[in-house]
Amino acid sequence: MSPTAPFVFLGCLELNELLPHEAHDARELLEQLERVPVESIFCHTSASLLHRPVLAEAYPNDFALWVGTEVRDVRLAERLSAVDAFHAGSMERVREELVATISDHLQHLGGAPARTQGKRFRFFQMHLVPVPTGHQAHTLAELRDALAEVDVSALFYHTIEARYRAGRGRGDFAEWVAAALGRPEVADRLAHIDPHAGSLERIRDRHLSVLSDAIAQGGA
Amino acid sequence: MAAGSLLKLDDYRQVAPRGAVDILMRIGERLRGRRFVHVSASRYGGAGVEVLNRLVPIMNDLGVDTTWEITIGTADFDQVGRAVTRALSGTEQVITEPMLARLHQTAVENARRLRLDADLVMVHDAMPLGLVDQRGSSGRWVWRCHQDLSSAQPQIWSALRPVAQRYDAAVFSLARFATPLSIPRFIVYPSIDPLSERNREMSRAEQAAQMDRLHVPRDKPILLQIGPFERLHDPLGVVNAYRLVKKHHDVRLVLAGPPPAPGGDVLSDVREAAGQDPDISVIVLPPDPQIELNALERAATIAIQKPLKADFTIEVATAMWKGKPVIGTIAGGIPFQMVVNVTGYTVETVEGAAFRIRQLLSNPEMIGRMGAAGREHVRRNFLVTRHLSEYLALLAHLTR
Repeated sequence: MSPTAPFVFLGCLELNELLPHEAHDARELLEQLERVPVESIFCHTSASLLHRPVLAEAYPNDFALWVGTEVRDVRLAERLSAVDAFHAGSMERVREELVATISDHLQHLGGAPARTQGKRFRFFQMHLVPVPTGHQAHTLAELRDALAEVDVSALFYHTIEARYRAGRGRGDFAEWVAAALGRPEVADRLAHIDPHAGSLERIRDRHLSVLSDAIAQGGA
Repeated sequence: MAAGSLLKLDDYRQVAPRGAVDILMRIGERLRGRRFVHVSASRYGGAGVEVLNRLVPIMNDLGVDTTWEITIGTADFDQVGRAVTRALSGTEQVITEPMLARLHQTAVENARRLRLDADLVMVHDAMPLGLVDQRGSSGRWVWRCHQDLSSAQPQIWSALRPVAQRYDAAVFSLARFATPLSIPRFIVYPSIDPLSERNREMSRAEQAAQMDRLHVPRDKPILLQIGPFERLHDPLGVVNAYRLVKKHHDVRLVLAGPPPAPGGDVLSDVREAAGQDPDISVIVLPPDPQIELNALERAATIAIQKPLKADFTIEVATAMWKGKPVIGTIAGGIPFQMVVNVTGYTVETVEGAAFRIRQLLSNPEMIGRMGAAGREHVRRNFLVTRHLSEYLALLAHLTR
């Protein structure tokens, strides 16, 4: 996206591929975490936002959720919850933190790790097919209005996918607002929206608030 | 489905998540002119295939040249096909080499007859599986398996696995239904059509007329289980749960299912268990009972799904779409459609089911809250628009 170009909204369709990796306890989870493609780490951490149910789950990533609800090892689940995929810097770094957390937990465990009483953990990876939504923006006001309309997958594509997998700076919205509109203070506020807000709809609401405030204060 | 087939994708704007229809129209523009062929052994026989009645017209509406071909075979082929289907579901069958050869020969004959040149050919279920042996050099082939293969009869699956692995990919309805394969495996959940006769909005007057026709009074809270009168669906367990609840709450139980197949059914046992209790209605549904099921689900207070073994059981989503909390077992796809403790509860016993029913009846505000959460959960995850988007994503991904 060149600095003078309009912002072109892309949504995405997703396709979930089941990988030949699964785990029945924390030790197997550790072994498989070291083997799976990094896209699978993204799928089970940052991308779990795409599937967040109507109310937020008890744990912020699939690994913690499985350990907490199926293996019933609350201590490990809490520690895995603290691995922050949004601030780790890269998905490889997220993998390292997950592996280190489980390794440390197993070292201090008295006996064999508990096995799941229910579902085994099955690893997935997600394929995204980007699709133009038909919305474009040339100004902050147009960005806000389009943002209120687009499919929620566009929020995912321009914030989570852009920033945490594709490595597009601070996310597409913040980068465009800074570069094309010359509004670095608004870009900073957009970049600081917490992805842990709970759901993509809440992330949408927070973007809309930031943009509405900026428009009210400094014009569209 | 006749009136429904006139529906356009645009009609789904009123029910689909915000922006979802726009995305589908845009991907349709990108995929315009590509050819997508579905092949199945029948136009009926399960929600996974029947949804094509809606998906195929919409795909064409979007500009994707989509057809739905049906394989044909002799009576003995149908018999072999049914036996193979049962074997893959885990029911031990005697299947001989000549029977497998019959399956293969019928596939060869159908491949000569059907128009299978396409960018993507999706073959549904096991009966037409062998078509892939006749595939040409162009186009991608996907096997869409709607069955649970997790406990397939080993010798039968050993014979069919090499055939399945000639496809470019396989699609299963749930990860737990999948079996190891050397090709990529994708997961696409089944869906409900919110504008179909089964799920469309229904006026109170129409609902009342249907309930009168089914002889179900609406004077008390209704507990409803929809499902076959078979032991695996545990209708007797539901009657026992109802009896435990009945000690504390004045409720009505409705058990509704299709006419049982000859032999092995439990309909007479259920009727005997219901005895002279006027608050238990045992309803054998007429053919194609979409409107009746719609009315029953809307009239219900709590939906129950208590099978001991199950396929995806999309009835969970249909009840949630109508704003009903669901109490279900952990069999098949039931727990994957629910957000436990938010849209309903999972249970493992008769006593557990009774406890959760009582909990809800004693806290009616929870019924409304869970029902609303369930409808929203279905809107986001189990509507036909999501199903369509995943099939189009598959077309885009495999033919890129």
